[in-house]
Amino acid sequence: MSEQHSDPRMSPTTANSPDPQDNSQEAQPTAYGSVQAVIERLRASLPAEILVTDRTSLRTYECDGLLHYRVIPALVVLARDAEHVRTAVAACAAERVPFVARGSGTGLSGGALPHADGVLIVTSQLREIRSVSPEDQRAVVDPGVINLQVSEAARPLGYYFAPDPSSQQICSVGGNVAENSGGAHCLKYGFTTTHVLAVDLVTPEGEQVTLGTTAPDAPGYDLLGAVVGSEGTLGVATSVTVRLTRTPEDVRTLLAGFRSVEDAGAATSAIIGSGIVPAAIEMMDALAIEAAEAAVSCGYPAGAGAVLVVEVDGPTEEVEQEFALIEEHCRANGSFEQRVAVDDAERAAVWRGRKSAFAAVGRISPDYIVQDGVIPRTALSQVLRRIEELSAERGVRVANVFHAGDGNLHPLVLFDDSVEGQGEQAEEVSGAILDLCLEHGGSITGEHGVGSDKAKHMPKMFTATDLDTQQMVRCAFDPAGIANPGKVYPTPRLCGERPGRRAEPHPAQAAGLAEVF
Amino acid sequence: MAALDGIAADLREATDADAVDGVRPSVVACPTTEDEVSEVLAAAAADRLTVTVRGAGSKLSWGMPPASCDLVLDLSELDEVIEHQPGDLIVSARAGTPLSRVQQVVAEHGQRLAIDELVPGTTVGGLIATNLSGPLRMAAGGVRDLVIGVTVARADGALARSGGKVVKNVAGYDMAKLIIGSFGTLAVVTQAYFRLHPIPAAQQWLTIEAPSAGEAADLLAKAVHSQGVPSAVEISAAPGQPATVAVLLAGTERGVEARIGRIRELLGPSCQPADLGAARLPEGGIRLKLTSKLSAVAEVTQAAVDLGFSVRGSAGAGILHAAADNIDLPHALARLREATAAAGGAAVVLDAPTDLKRTVDVWGPVGGLEIMRRVKDQFDPDHRLSPGRFVGGI
Repeated sequence: MSEQHSDPRMSPTTANSPDPQDNSQEAQPTAYGSVQAVIERLRASLPAEILVTDRTSLRTYECDGLLHYRVIPALVVLARDAEHVRTAVAACAAERVPFVARGSGTGLSGGALPHADGVLIVTSQLREIRSVSPEDQRAVVDPGVINLQVSEAARPLGYYFAPDPSSQQICSVGGNVAENSGGAHCLKYGFTTTHVLAVDLVTPEGEQVTLGTTAPDAPGYDLLGAVVGSEGTLGVATSVTVRLTRTPEDVRTLLAGFRSVEDAGAATSAIIGSGIVPAAIEMMDALAIEAAEAAVSCGYPAGAGAVLVVEVDGPTEEVEQEFALIEEHCRANGSFEQRVAVDDAERAAVWRGRKSAFAAVGRISPDYIVQDGVIPRTALSQVLRRIEELSAERGVRVANVFHAGDGNLHPLVLFDDSVEGQGEQAEEVSGAILDLCLEHGGSITGEHGVGSDKAKHMPKMFTATDLDTQQMVRCAFDPAGIANPGKVYPTPRLCGERPGRRAEPHPAQAAGLAEVF
Repeated sequence: MAALDGIAADLREATDADAVDGVRPSVVACPTTEDEVSEVLAAAAADRLTVTVRGAGSKLSWGMPPASCDLVLDLSELDEVIEHQPGDLIVSARAGTPLSRVQQVVAEHGQRLAIDELVPGTTVGGLIATNLSGPLRMAAGGVRDLVIGVTVARADGALARSGGKVVKNVAGYDMAKLIIGSFGTLAVVTQAYFRLHPIPAAQQWLTIEAPSAGEAADLLAKAVHSQGVPSAVEISAAPGQPATVAVLLAGTERGVEARIGRIRELLGPSCQPADLGAARLPEGGIRLKLTSKLSAVAEVTQAAVDLGFSVRGSAGAGILHAAADNIDLPHALARLREATAAAGGAAVVLDAPTDLKRTVDVWGPVGGLEIMRRVKDQFDPDHRLSPGRFVGGI
């Protein structure tokens, strides 16, 4: 699976990274059972060829797209069908052993980082598209189906699957469900949660349930809404019913060069302020452009301090109107060069630089951290100025690539791990950027997830009561705390506990015999 | 009610007018701040009182009557638009704020919360509790797609938040999703952040008649699958009348004008511009919500019309509202459960006379009920928040 990491997203050896496994182990409410017992159970009930126990093969699965956290699991189950998944989870539940689900392993927050004394359940072999129904705007797919394959199957029928994370050529729909994946076009079309109607879920207790219906608004609590984005902590999806979106009649893409990120930011504000909801507005700063040029020769405007990629789609008559306005807003805000992509080939050329940005940074820096934070869009220039100051103060270069339309920043913090102390410095700057996002009322993650990487930041964004309350959901699904433990929440809630503020009444009062004064 | 007596929030004795679907509470609390909501709930917990939360009270009888209701928590004075950031297209408001007030505030900047006020007077909290959506569901999604953060007071009074004030955010569980449509049985919403949309420069409804709902299938399919991107595709039908298909186009002035021509070409020359006014639920003492896969909307609508219902809903989303008086509800419901189940959806009785509701299973079969019970046990371990109102007796 490791060859699937086409992007070397990060240095394998960042110093100072916490060991999430230690965290999770010390914080567990109760001790786990024996993974050996699970292995024995599964040897008796699953085909031998789907069980991986030899250490060399296990190493293949020691990390996901976030390469600097590595843990070798005790057992990998290469499930081929939903029943394999259910059997594996049921064995873990019976023995109270942790399990972690993994799709393509492209996640960037260590959500699929294995547990050393647990089972890694790989769903990438469940890869059949069960049905595509354009008349209902639905497709039913296995969790291992690749994101882009859904669109490829639907496109001849005039439809596509809207969530488009940059990794869409390799990431799986099951992973999208776990992470509530976004992408450049979620500005207009929403995230995975908007596009999932139902899942078959193996609960952490090993039971198969269907949450949601083909139609929206299934009666009862929206459990599906809680499961999407829960990063594998509420169960494992074995089938996903997704919404398909009608392909737009027309798409137009503009590449605009600006002297500064401030100008590009002002253009973004003007576009949004004029009532247009573009399909995407992406920004790259000078350092990110330099990296992209070095990697893919994307031919972005020379001397640009920032570029915007703005895309509009829809009925031709609307696209024409909106596009003209967008060009005007860019010019009015100092854009010195604009290029219009009118066909798919030209559009691909414009997007090439943006989509290659993360990997491209490898051309200008031996190591780098991909950060993912969100700010209110109106705070953009303020926050970028602070990032620039931080970068100058600490002597750490930061390249900025982001979804400008929705304020989702992806600062790339550059360093050279062979120089002593640079790794720590980069970590510090990266953390300080998240603090900046929070200061401005934003979020510590817009699309990469909390995973192993950011659980420690959750208490900066939420109060202890917030976190405790959110984890009541966890307790309902996974009272034993075996589904992807140690991820998302830094301190697990003890599910047997009752909420903090509630006081037990005196037994006499409870029996109706006395009033308490 | 020892604990309740000691609190700062305004309390008064309940009257008949405060009855919740026939269940009369003994006291009404009218907090004016979130802290007071918290205080009331903590006191109610200490006194082991059952609680039903009320906003404008416009949908209070929806769902089953509560098995017990000692206290009505009236949030109508918790009404304030807290923050509107036009540049970020977000707004936040306290639970008792009328939706119309929110719309008024954001409209000053050419924006809207893209959800229809199907029941006049609806508050932000009531909207979230009942998960109502109208024609705009097709273009902008439902309440679940528009709420970006929520603060709730738990049954024990603790205030807890999830989500935030930015649209793009995957930090932590999306607790708001569980709260939306929970009919006040999990926690009490105190405030919410919503994403906004710009008000389109131009909007125009077009309508066309079909002899019956069943025969509207072809028109609906054409409209829903058109690349003209309708903001809404609605069907309305009633016994003894032709069915009407309505298509809403929204966008720029010139764009909408051009698209009107295209939709008329697609649906036929009798398709005409019309002024539909605000979307409302069909009238009747019995109200049902029917959901369906898109290709079966016409069929489900016809089934409801044949049973005597007036139906209106979103053919673009697959969500219909049906209403009637004087029908054989047990029979009609059984028939509609069959029809919606075959269509990948469900039939729910939102409201009906209390005695009639007791003769049927208003919520019908529910997937994942066991986990729902456990969610309820976590959030409201003593089952004091509108017990019995929701699915499976929750």
